[in-house]
Amino acid sequence: MGRYVAGRFAGLVFALVLVSIITFLLMHAVPGGPFDELKQPLPPAAKANVLRKYGLDRPIWEQYALYMWRVLHLDFGIPFQSPTETVTELIARVWPATLQLAALTILLSYSLGILLGIVSALHQNSWIDYVVTTLATLGFAVPNFIIGIWLILVFSIALHWLPTGGWGEPRNIIMPLLAYSLAPMALVARYTRVNVLESLRQDYVRTARAKGLGQQAIVWRHVLKNALIPLITVLGPQIPNLATGSIFIETTFRIPGLGRYFVTSTFNRDYPMIMATMLLVAVLWGVTYFISDILYTVVDPRVRLAGRNNR
Amino acid sequence: MTLPATVDQARLVKPERERTLWSDALRRFSRNWLAMAGLIVVAIFIFMAVFAPILAPTAYDYSVLNDALQFPSARHWLGTDAVGHDFLSSMIYGARTSLLVAFSVQLMAFGIGVPLGALAGLRGGKVDFVIMRLVEVMTAFPGVLFAIFILSILGGGLTNVILAIGVTSWIEVCRLTRAQLISLREREFVVASRACGATDLYIVLRHLLPMALPTLVIMLALGIPMAIFAEAGLSFLGLGINDPLPSWGKMVGDSSGYIRVYWYLGVYPTLAIALAMLGFNFVGDGLRDALDPTMLNG
Repeated sequence: MGRYVAGRFAGLVFALVLVSIITFLLMHAVPGGPFDELKQPLPPAAKANVLRKYGLDRPIWEQYALYMWRVLHLDFGIPFQSPTETVTELIARVWPATLQLAALTILLSYSLGILLGIVSALHQNSWIDYVVTTLATLGFAVPNFIIGIWLILVFSIALHWLPTGGWGEPRNIIMPLLAYSLAPMALVARYTRVNVLESLRQDYVRTARAKGLGQQAIVWRHVLKNALIPLITVLGPQIPNLATGSIFIETTFRIPGLGRYFVTSTFNRDYPMIMATMLLVAVLWGVTYFISDILYTVVDPRVRLAGRNNR
Repeated sequence: MTLPATVDQARLVKPERERTLWSDALRRFSRNWLAMAGLIVVAIFIFMAVFAPILAPTAYDYSVLNDALQFPSARHWLGTDAVGHDFLSSMIYGARTSLLVAFSVQLMAFGIGVPLGALAGLRGGKVDFVIMRLVEVMTAFPGVLFAIFILSILGGGLTNVILAIGVTSWIEVCRLTRAQLISLREREFVVASRACGATDLYIVLRHLLPMALPTLVIMLALGIPMAIFAEAGLSFLGLGINDPLPSWGKMVGDSSGYIRVYWYLGVYPTLAIALAMLGFNFVGDGLRDALDPTMLNG
């Protein structure tokens, strides 16, 4: 186990270092930067000064080494788009909106998704099963910003019930939450349904039935426990996705979150902000995968560690 | 009452036509009404894309500023947008952009993914190790963010959108091809063929890829809606397709300032994206059910 964890951890670090190198190189490989003559004509001396201030006059590997050294001390530099604060401060300022939305989304979509999945599996081929399956297909196939626009058209423009966007009031969060939750809810419901159906066919359920156990006891004690474990590998990786991936929703509903700032920083070629966001997301991704894999081996002893290594 | 029995007997006596995996799959697919509905939607979109210049009332870059923001009418069936493009024409050419990106991305994904996956799966050892590490690193890149990042470097436009989406899309194809080949490469017919002196290339093209084809077809069918989604999303953010080429995603993004009054600007492109996504997904799911009956419940 120790060796497995260490191996996975080394792989994680290796991947993160490569991500940072590739991002850094790509960003610097192209002509044009935030201090382009076209955008901001400066006298040569002033330009040299600015370049020196941000370290952009050094050789690239030196810039990278210096950058990574600072990153390890949680110093991501100063965002070009808002030079009065550090990148860390900017992220700390804008990420809470994204996290708030993500936390509510996870709460809503996972609880509702698991519930709907169980109900539709227990009533297979009934009308409720069809409704859930249709909803799951829709949520899975239709992009969330499309659903967002539909919600705006219906509830803001036709009915005047809710504001079209903005942030800060509780009523602002309703539509983004709905639009953002549908896809993960669909995914969770789909997986839960399949897993519960599969568990229901297992021998231990037949044994429990033969013992004379009631449906409730069977579902709670035997089916759910076994059906919900595999969800860890599905749900785990969704969390960083949701915590950082609401770019489209934030753009649709004008939410001042991390996703929206990532888009504006790509418009402005804001290197420090882009790097920090990419690294942040890669770290979240990697760590979540790492944890969910290890958690899985802990809760399900049937999973052989060696087998999972060659994936 | 005797009639059905004789019919049954006649069917029993009739020499059975040769049944292959593909003919069975075709029958299963055609009985799946959801998949057939998806296929009809897909066919309509492909028809629109191919015959756009004939179907569209005006060229995609033709606009009359005086006619801007007109509600749907007999002259402009779907109205006009903020700069006076005929919206119906934009929608029809939008199908072309969307499908062009989707198919090009698949071409790229399979062009890179299948050879790399085949090499890794067949050769194993060091080649496999290097390719799999590459795959692992690419997986660590956050998908949509990476595409946005690439576009912010390269700038928008059709080719760059295809590149940005394609650069991460080959990973799954590569992984799957490798897994398929690993499960096939020790089978008797491969060993026999090798004993007869067949080269690796011959074995892959002649024996292994045909065996892996059903999986790859499913992968292709489900990869197309992913690419449509990515293009629509990137264009929606304003990072994707550039003017004057129409794109549904861009039309959705452009409409946001106008939908309060000109609601139709938001309705048509969102409906088109949703329909295309549903259509291709239904076809993909149908193909999966038809080609791989063991996964029917998935």
